[in-house]
Amino acid sequence: MTSSLDPSLAAAAAPRLTPRGLLAAALLTVLGLLPLYTRLTGDPFVVTLFTRVLILALAATSLNLIMGYGGMVSFGHAAYLGIGGYAVGILAKEGIVSGFVQWPVAIAVSALYALVVGALSLRTRGVYFIMITLAFGQMIYYVAIGLDRYGGDDGLTIYRRSVFVGPVDLNDKTLFYYLCLALLIAAIYLTSRLVNSRFGLVIRGARSNDRRMRAIGFPTFRYRLACFVIAGALCGLAGALLANHTNFISPALMHWTRAGDLIVMVVLGGLGSLFGPLVGAASFLLLEEALSRVTEYPDLILGPILLLVAIYLHGGIEGLLERRHA
Amino acid sequence: MALLPSCFRAAAEASCVESPMPRPPRARAMLYFVEQCLNGVQLGMLLFLLAAGLTLVFGIMDLVNLAHGSLYMLGAYFAATFAALTGSFVVAVVLALVASLVAGMALELVAIRRLYGRDHLDHVLGTFGLLLFFNELVRLIWGPAGMTLSLPPQMLAAVKIMPGVYYPAYRLVIILATLAVAALLYVVVMRTRLGMLVRAGASNREMVGALGVNIKLLYTLVFGLGAALAGFAGVMQAPILTVQIGMGENILILAFVVIIIGGIGSIRGAFVASIIVGLIDTVGRAFLPDMLRQVLSTNAAQTLGPALSSMSIYMLMAAILVFRPEGLFPAASR
Repeated sequence: MTSSLDPSLAAAAAPRLTPRGLLAAALLTVLGLLPLYTRLTGDPFVVTLFTRVLILALAATSLNLIMGYGGMVSFGHAAYLGIGGYAVGILAKEGIVSGFVQWPVAIAVSALYALVVGALSLRTRGVYFIMITLAFGQMIYYVAIGLDRYGGDDGLTIYRRSVFVGPVDLNDKTLFYYLCLALLIAAIYLTSRLVNSRFGLVIRGARSNDRRMRAIGFPTFRYRLACFVIAGALCGLAGALLANHTNFISPALMHWTRAGDLIVMVVLGGLGSLFGPLVGAASFLLLEEALSRVTEYPDLILGPILLLVAIYLHGGIEGLLERRHA
Repeated sequence: MALLPSCFRAAAEASCVESPMPRPPRARAMLYFVEQCLNGVQLGMLLFLLAAGLTLVFGIMDLVNLAHGSLYMLGAYFAATFAALTGSFVVAVVLALVASLVAGMALELVAIRRLYGRDHLDHVLGTFGLLLFFNELVRLIWGPAGMTLSLPPQMLAAVKIMPGVYYPAYRLVIILATLAVAALLYVVVMRTRLGMLVRAGASNREMVGALGVNIKLLYTLVFGLGAALAGFAGVMQAPILTVQIGMGENILILAFVVIIIGGIGSIRGAFVASIIVGLIDTVGRAFLPDMLRQVLSTNAAQTLGPALSSMSIYMLMAAILVFRPEGLFPAASR
């Protein structure tokens, strides 16, 4: 799929020196140099925190693909994090530690689940869609609680990170960090190629007027379902990363409030913008971290901030920059 | 965080079949079934209280309210606090109801009304923020430990409802009180001027405003009513489970499932769907593991049983979606 249909769209995908472009470049530079800071100061905390930021940014990027570009507000996206994570955890417990098996399984199972959920819930729109994805997400949460063999309620400790060949050792914090960064950049690139392709045009067209898209002959259901599955698979990968990062997986990760966190990240950063999810994930997690350092009750401040964002800040942080620019 | 919806635990705990003399197994199974059905109805009535408020608020203001479970939690905390202060259960229930109503109307005035007419995603974000806020506020005021609310002694007794079947009096009180509330709600919505405006608002919001009805006041009242219903659900549940932070989060999702099955905006649909969901969930949890044991190995049944029974209502929801995407009782005008 190429973006050769419309020159203006191809141009939109190329980096320009807008505030958005500058912010993205600055962010990537900082993220690229971050392990250097740790090397100099010997403080591993920053890299650990930012590895988490990158992984959740990957999850948020996948959510942005369906929510920002496709208008499908999925409130069950945390389920894929859990499925990807449990795929790694369960295989590790059963003695299969190779990442070449674990990760493809994580991605495949997530994609399969997305196919089933998508086929059912994409029959509906709007609020129904929000509530149905919410309910399916919660269903997976209870299934995980029912997995007595794999820890049930208490979760599952992963004693060994995924094993790859040769020098690729995920226990190396810096290497793992760069791996997450590389995967995130790849996901953002994939998103940009997708949304500017013919496929992406159908998705975006179906978002603004599904009936018209169908009238001109596009079977939008199939396109949207494919998009839903791609997003699920990507988020499953993020889940596999997260399980390796924390060495632990538990149903709490799939609770619907975690899915809410992902939505918050996407909206906070800027819906339907390529780097928005990264900006959103970074600001949400750093804000959470900062607040929990100054107060014992961080959500007392975070909650009203989200309310204010919902009321006043259209288009999130990225949108703010865009408006200044315009 | 409560990992299982507290209502499930409550239903599972109640094992009240007393058998003074050994009975034939079939009769005992029958009694157990009756008791589980009653528990299911009780869970259903509770879900109805929550779903009715949600569906009213959605039907009239077109608002998705994720903080609805917080109002349920607040109701329970109010009841526990007032009971500790006054020493009377009944007074506590009344005061908690009034407090929930006031809290809901205040919330509408301060925050919710700024979200009307916005994208549903804005509703999700804003009310999710409110949910975080309320959880933390409760932790600040009441502390991280849960509270308990004890019942007056006469409600602790078990009542004989059938020969050999005893059922806790308080659970019967819950069922009857909720039925009364449902009837009252029906009368208010179908037979009063306020109810007429509510129904008119649900079918055409702009027109009601254009006809000179104070739509802002109507919205505040409806939101307050929804909050009072959610608060009442919390109040009624408070004595049979620990009152704790986040108690409204899991049950809220069940209320959403109820609304999807019943049809968004329909109170009648919510009523029927809540009883269906309550029954299937409770009865499934009680009997599915045993039924699986008949066809599968014990080991497999033990693994699959809990997972499958917690999936049952979602599978029902999926089936409804396939055959009737608008729910069982789609609201007339939508």
